[in-house]
Amino acid sequence: MLPLNATITQITEESPAVRTFFFNHMFKDMKPGQFVMVWIRGVDEVPMGLSRNNSITVQKVGEATSKLFELKEGDSFGLRGPFGKGFTLPAKGEKVLVIAGGVGAAPLSPYAEAACAAGAEVNTILGARSAGDLLFEGRFEALGKVYVSTDDGSKGVKGFVTDVLKNLDVAAYDRIAVCGPEIMMSSVFRLLEERQVLEKSEFSLHRYFKCGIGVCGACCIDQSGLRVCKDGPVFSGVQLIGSELGKYSRDASGRRVKI
Amino acid sequence: MYTLTGLKLKNPTILAAGVLGTTGASLYRVAREGGAGAVVTKSIGPAPKTGHSNPSMVRLDCGFLNAMGLPNPSYTGFLQELEFAKKNSEAPVIASIFGGNPSEFAEVAEGLLPAKPDAFELNVSCPHAEGYGAAIGSNPCLVEAVTAAVKDVVNVPVWVKLTPNVADITCIGNAAESGGADAVVAINTLKGMAIDIESGYPVLGNRSGGLSGKAVKPVAVKCVYDLYTALEIPVIGVGGISSWEDAVEMMMAGAAAVQVGSAVYNRVDVFSEIGEGIEAFLERKGYSDIKKIIGLAHEMV
Repeated sequence: MLPLNATITQITEESPAVRTFFFNHMFKDMKPGQFVMVWIRGVDEVPMGLSRNNSITVQKVGEATSKLFELKEGDSFGLRGPFGKGFTLPAKGEKVLVIAGGVGAAPLSPYAEAACAAGAEVNTILGARSAGDLLFEGRFEALGKVYVSTDDGSKGVKGFVTDVLKNLDVAAYDRIAVCGPEIMMSSVFRLLEERQVLEKSEFSLHRYFKCGIGVCGACCIDQSGLRVCKDGPVFSGVQLIGSELGKYSRDASGRRVKI
Repeated sequence: MYTLTGLKLKNPTILAAGVLGTTGASLYRVAREGGAGAVVTKSIGPAPKTGHSNPSMVRLDCGFLNAMGLPNPSYTGFLQELEFAKKNSEAPVIASIFGGNPSEFAEVAEGLLPAKPDAFELNVSCPHAEGYGAAIGSNPCLVEAVTAAVKDVVNVPVWVKLTPNVADITCIGNAAESGGADAVVAINTLKGMAIDIESGYPVLGNRSGGLSGKAVKPVAVKCVYDLYTALEIPVIGVGGISSWEDAVEMMMAGAAAVQVGSAVYNRVDVFSEIGEGIEAFLERKGYSDIKKIIGLAHEMV
């Protein structure tokens, strides 16, 4: 499918480096955790997790996202998707723990909302560098309890999401959904592995994508060879045992780069 | 077991170059879980390349358009991937290589030899990488020189992958054979382009690229048919194969084996499915050997 033309209907500044772009197309069949390929014409096309079925929430990190930040309401970009495998929705009455770090809250917010709508109890650990960087705190608060951590201690527990997580009874949860910077996810992974609850957990991975549709193989992870763009981006904790998570990823040329 | 240029394959389906071949683990997965008789790596060159900007591949109604731009970590960066694939795959692993001239091809081939690839496939057919691929593969003299240069430094089979974007593909096939190729692989993608009419921008980051998938199968069948007549060495058929019926058709045109690329989009285990389908077909039709159908169309006059 060729990119569809999406016109920006609204831009929300979430924090100095994070903006939400609402567009005039609704992905009605979106599964929370799925991503779209966002084409900033003449520049590049990059994967972005959907933060709603009609929005992406973007951190300014490179050339493509900087160009995206120059766009105004009424401007447009190309969109392909939604692609990949999302988070598994809970059954009614299940207890879900969402662990979101930084812009990782973007794909987890629609998941938390869908989980709540499915009749699950949803609690969230929301981490960021400082109070001003906390993303979608209100959306998570509307659903259930939110534990906040900030690196600088400007709100909630001073430290990382794992500093909150280590004091929680993870055994009380049926599902644990995780997305954030890789260092954070690998710390969470180790903690859940120690507590022997990996089979309840799902992690959303970020890797360099080229084709985005499962053909080229640029985003395959070791040792399984699974494709992040098609077999993921959401993987069960069990699938990631002994994987490259937290150790290295590959750049656009396929060279290994330490995390 | 099935023999192709001396390699033993459990079935005549091979993963095409540039598809799921960036990492050793991915190649291993296609061989084991996917059931491929052999796997070909991503094309590897003399220096690291990041490739073209995205979009680098889009799906069309009739196939796929791509312009990856030969991204690769160089032969030194790829050695550990090739070693992993070789150690685990239990199927032949063929190293696809490219360079800008005969000596670069020889350098890359020699550089990968420590990982012991079962064969080399020379990419002289990528349609969208300046100075590489089809820039060499449309010149018969260069194709012969490149083939001979690699044959000089390796003692495993050398396959040459041809571009259909030439006036007469048999002329290039003959050049490869003269250079000492053990087989030719046909075809690489056809030049193609798509334009976003909302903005006027070409869709691919490289503006244009190569077409694969369903749309190119009849082109591939004709190229394989002609090469089968023109050459002594085996022809490996590739282009738009996604089912056992496609594979049988390609073999009847003259293909000794087939490669499958874009069709992994639907399922990674397409290889075992095609392999089993061919077996069932041979049995149903009473063919004692797969060789009976290779080039069969040439006899039906």
